[in-house]
Amino acid sequence: MAEATTAAKSAAAKSEPLFGKKEKQLITDPLYDNNPITIQVLGICSALAVTSLIYPSLVISVAVVFVCGFSSLITSVLRNRIPKSIRMIVQLVIIATLVTVVELSLKYFSYPVYKDLSVYIGLIITNCIVMGRLEAFAMANRPWRSFLDGIGNGLGYGAILLLVAFFREFFGKGSLFAGSPAEMKIIGPNADYFINTMAESGIGSMFSWYSNNNLMVLPAAAMFLIGIFIWIQRSRTPKLVDVS
Amino acid sequence: MELFNIFIKAAFIDNMVLAYFLGMCSYLAVSKTVKTAFGLGLAVIFVLGITMPINWLINNYLLDGAINGLDLTFLRLILFIAVIASMVQLVEMVIEKVSPALYNSLGIFLPLITVNCAILGGSLFMVAREYNFAESIAFGLGGGFGWFLAIIAIAAIREKIRYSDVPPALRGLGMAFILTGLMGIAFMSLMGIDPAALTGTK
Repeated sequence: MAEATTAAKSAAAKSEPLFGKKEKQLITDPLYDNNPITIQVLGICSALAVTSLIYPSLVISVAVVFVCGFSSLITSVLRNRIPKSIRMIVQLVIIATLVTVVELSLKYFSYPVYKDLSVYIGLIITNCIVMGRLEAFAMANRPWRSFLDGIGNGLGYGAILLLVAFFREFFGKGSLFAGSPAEMKIIGPNADYFINTMAESGIGSMFSWYSNNNLMVLPAAAMFLIGIFIWIQRSRTPKLVDVS
Repeated sequence: MELFNIFIKAAFIDNMVLAYFLGMCSYLAVSKTVKTAFGLGLAVIFVLGITMPINWLINNYLLDGAINGLDLTFLRLILFIAVIASMVQLVEMVIEKVSPALYNSLGIFLPLITVNCAILGGSLFMVAREYNFAESIAFGLGGGFGWFLAIIAIAAIREKIRYSDVPPALRGLGMAFILTGLMGIAFMSLMGIDPAALTGTK
């Protein structure tokens, strides 16, 4: 299998540049024009529930980029040897193996985060974006391209996840990166930033008047935010509008 | 009565779709008409109802130190998804044999259930919450029923909203997201219910 990888890679390298325009497009396309969440509507499933804080969303995003990239690579290498009738199960086993790797590494490196994310790491298996890219791209393309496509889609997915998490955490808790070593309390009663040195009664944050918006902590806020993102994106690019 | 509590809790308070966002993909893709939503909902109840006890048996009699005290829990994800994939395949074959009409109306939705996160999520929640065998069945059926209710509700709303004047850029998908959010808030009002008090087993 390792020989097949190197052979296919060197063949691809000979015929065309390793990182040309097409390859770049594979990475940048899913970020906006063909975003997995807002356009393809894949992979909304599991991870939206973790977007109430940025830090766990970041962990999930990195995990999805990893799983998506490498499962595409492996599937693409094996694509001519997988019988059509059992390809779903083969793909699922590849994904499940990679997710197990992620789960065990996270358990080793950061147990509290692992505990927080609990079942959501395992649910990357059924994240439709991974499976969707395997079916739509990796089964029909060369390993290097499939790998880039997987990475690109993972990044597009992560971008939306982080955007949602940013709004939810900033307005819901007044902080950024809570739970990580780089925790910042930006606004709200206990803020550490924007200190108002002109105040007469005690020194506090200039934004200490802000009281946390509890709606943003609810799971429903993620739905509203994605709805609004879709709205903005489709008004900017009218050709995407759903006619039905 | 304990089992009934778990059923109610899984169906309403911890609704798979509206509280945990599980099974979102098929929920959004298949909720354009009530008829198809109904078929998929039934299939999800059925598959959740069978895979949950099977995965419980696997988890407790195969993985959890039952064989020579070996801790095989790291194989959990792979085994669970394999069970789900094969059960879906089995259900598909049985339905095709027994009732071709139902099989045709479900069509592609049956294989889709394999990658429905609600199924795998249910099994993982079952492990995390340490349910026993009977409780796992109640949880599976309750979770499936909650999913069924949610998809029927959104499909009915989406059928009606076609006649409303929604901004063009928000039509279809965007509106479905916002509606789901509103339904989630509506379902949150059920959160105050204590199922133990409801059945008098407190």
